[in-house]
Amino acid sequence: MQTLQAPPSTREASRSAYPAFLRALGAIVWKDLAAELRSRELLSAMFVFALLVILIFNFALELEPKTRASVTSGVLWVTFAFAGTLGLNRSMAMEKDRGCLDGLLLAPVDRSAIYFGKAIGNLVFMGIVELIVLPVYSVLYSTNLFQPGLLLVILLGSVGYVAVGTLLASMAVQTRTRDVLLPILLFPLVIPVLVAAVKGSSGFLQGADMADIWPWINLLIVYDVIFTAVAFMVFDYVVEE
Amino acid sequence: MQPKPRALSILDTVTAVLFVLATLMVFLYAPEEAVMGQVQRVFYFHVASAWVGMLGFLVAAVSGVVYLVKGDRKWDIVGLAAIEISLVFFFVAIVMGAIWAKPVWGEWWTWDPRLTTASIVELVYAAYIMLRQGIEDPDRRARFGAVYAILGFISVPLTFVSIRIFRTIHPVVIGNSDPTAKGSFDMSPKMLQTFLFSLFVFSFVFADLLWHRIRLGRLADKVEELRLKVTQ
Amino acid sequence: MIVVNKLVKRFGPKTVLRGLDFRVDEGEFVAILGPNGAGKTTFLRILSSLSRPSLGEVRIAGHRLPAEASVVRRLLGVVSHMPLLYGDLTAEENLRFYARMYGVSHAEQRITEVLELVGLASRRRDLVRTFSRGMQQRLAIGRAVLHDPEVMLFDEPHTGLDQDACIMLDNVLREVAARGRTVVMTSHDLARLADLASRFDVLSRGIIADSVQRANIDPNNLLAFYRKSLEN
Repeated sequence: MQTLQAPPSTREASRSAYPAFLRALGAIVWKDLAAELRSRELLSAMFVFALLVILIFNFALELEPKTRASVTSGVLWVTFAFAGTLGLNRSMAMEKDRGCLDGLLLAPVDRSAIYFGKAIGNLVFMGIVELIVLPVYSVLYSTNLFQPGLLLVILLGSVGYVAVGTLLASMAVQTRTRDVLLPILLFPLVIPVLVAAVKGSSGFLQGADMADIWPWINLLIVYDVIFTAVAFMVFDYVVEE
Repeated sequence: MQPKPRALSILDTVTAVLFVLATLMVFLYAPEEAVMGQVQRVFYFHVASAWVGMLGFLVAAVSGVVYLVKGDRKWDIVGLAAIEISLVFFFVAIVMGAIWAKPVWGEWWTWDPRLTTASIVELVYAAYIMLRQGIEDPDRRARFGAVYAILGFISVPLTFVSIRIFRTIHPVVIGNSDPTAKGSFDMSPKMLQTFLFSLFVFSFVFADLLWHRIRLGRLADKVEELRLKVTQ
Repeated sequence: MIVVNKLVKRFGPKTVLRGLDFRVDEGEFVAILGPNGAGKTTFLRILSSLSRPSLGEVRIAGHRLPAEASVVRRLLGVVSHMPLLYGDLTAEENLRFYARMYGVSHAEQRITEVLELVGLASRRRDLVRTFSRGMQQRLAIGRAVLHDPEVMLFDEPHTGLDQDACIMLDNVLREVAARGRTVVMTSHDLARLADLASRFDVLSRGIIADSVQRANIDPNNLLAFYRKSLEN
């Protein structure tokens, strides 16, 4: 049988250029993306779900050209918020099944690397869904949604949503009620993001003054900074026993 | 079992007396408001209840932090007690708000910032309780509760600010800017006194209930311990 | 190598480990036996740094847990009854992921070595979700030895495996142990352990009730020894 003894250098810390934290973070993000690209279960679910929501809104809200402008951002953000929960749930559930979360915790890496790794993965998934929904919506309703201001708001909003969502999903997945619990925990806390994002998006879509839009962007930035900081500080307590 | 501490019994009596006094003040001492009439009297208890409800959230968030740092179970009981009581206080405040709203604004409900934020806070409290119910392990339950209380508390000012940048029709009684906001009024000295006294009394009611609830939590823990001893 | 002093673990009011003392020297292979619910998994989780002690001291290679957990983790290889593998990735992708998490140098070479060791070299490009349980368990061991740990912890690794898979697993275990590693394994399967372990400890009612060296006991008497320890 082959020798089991590893080359001596294995026991020393890796000699690669960047520190262990970034390496672990990159590994986790890569792992989530690779696994998802293979199965595509999550992305297709989020995407189909998003389309269905838009469809339902079409009948529920009568998105005629006149009313459309004021309602578009609301519709978009509700869609993102709900599709987002799917992504968050799945991402954490993947770790919980087969006990992979333990695998991550056993590794000699900082817990925050796990938090940021999962959060970035979630952000990427949400971003992919958003980037697909935008052109679809644009085509269905003849509105051009690809404006830089709007994209900025979507980015800031998604960051806030994912920062809190990743933390709460880590908690929800360890309870009995699991999937059902995440929206209940998440939505009340994420209201500032939804409000600011909707108003900010509306502002850009309707060509409002920057002076009017600025407070909303500020609010998003403040929220993102505060909650990312708090979430990563508190993450240890959520995963360690 | 530890008997009810004397201090608590005294607090019970004091609180009851104060509450009666406050009620009397609201109905007899405070003058009738010119425009809205008798229904305005709801204001005193409505605002007091809401402010004290927010105080409860602060207590829960702080206990949460202390629990995470120290790991002592009693802080978890304090946090849970504070949230449970605040849940009720806020609900009372919202209902009283509706009672006030109907004659003054013509509707039971409006989506103005304060009311909306209050309902969101109420939902955070409910989510907290539901989170705890889904967890078996007491240590994990305490940790998660603490984390959620902290996050929830931080989100409230942000929520309020975000909704506030909408136009408001909620009377801004203290620090008012828009005199045309329906239902706003300036407080005469007697009204102010009644209001401050109500606030004071409600703080007592909160503290009294909190103490009782913490005691209840401790006794429940004790029962659980004894039950395990017996079955093992 | 492993020193445990008066380890206590409580879950809320329930105490699972009650002042457990335990000691393993370098190179020993210790089997921990015990009835269900005795606390074997809890104990192993604490040793693997996944769970914190409520009281008492745990040291691995001189480093305290949980204070120096990240140092200790580098020295540990853990196999539990869950495979800790990602079904949607291939065998080599799984190992590559863990190699990066543990900072293993010459990763590709090491991965190939490990796959050969556990007899899965021919399946390296297959998705783990197509593997049988036995194969997953073998890959899990591969994952555990990837970073060449000094201490290995196994929690009932034979669970759910058929006879052939068990035999393959035993071969791998023997090879792993032969390299002078320190091994702690919990299991129900006395017959299996008789061959592998150098020492048998019985965990009962929250402490190590009894211990015997393999040299001092006839394997046929193991069951009797076990039963007797439980009675005390």
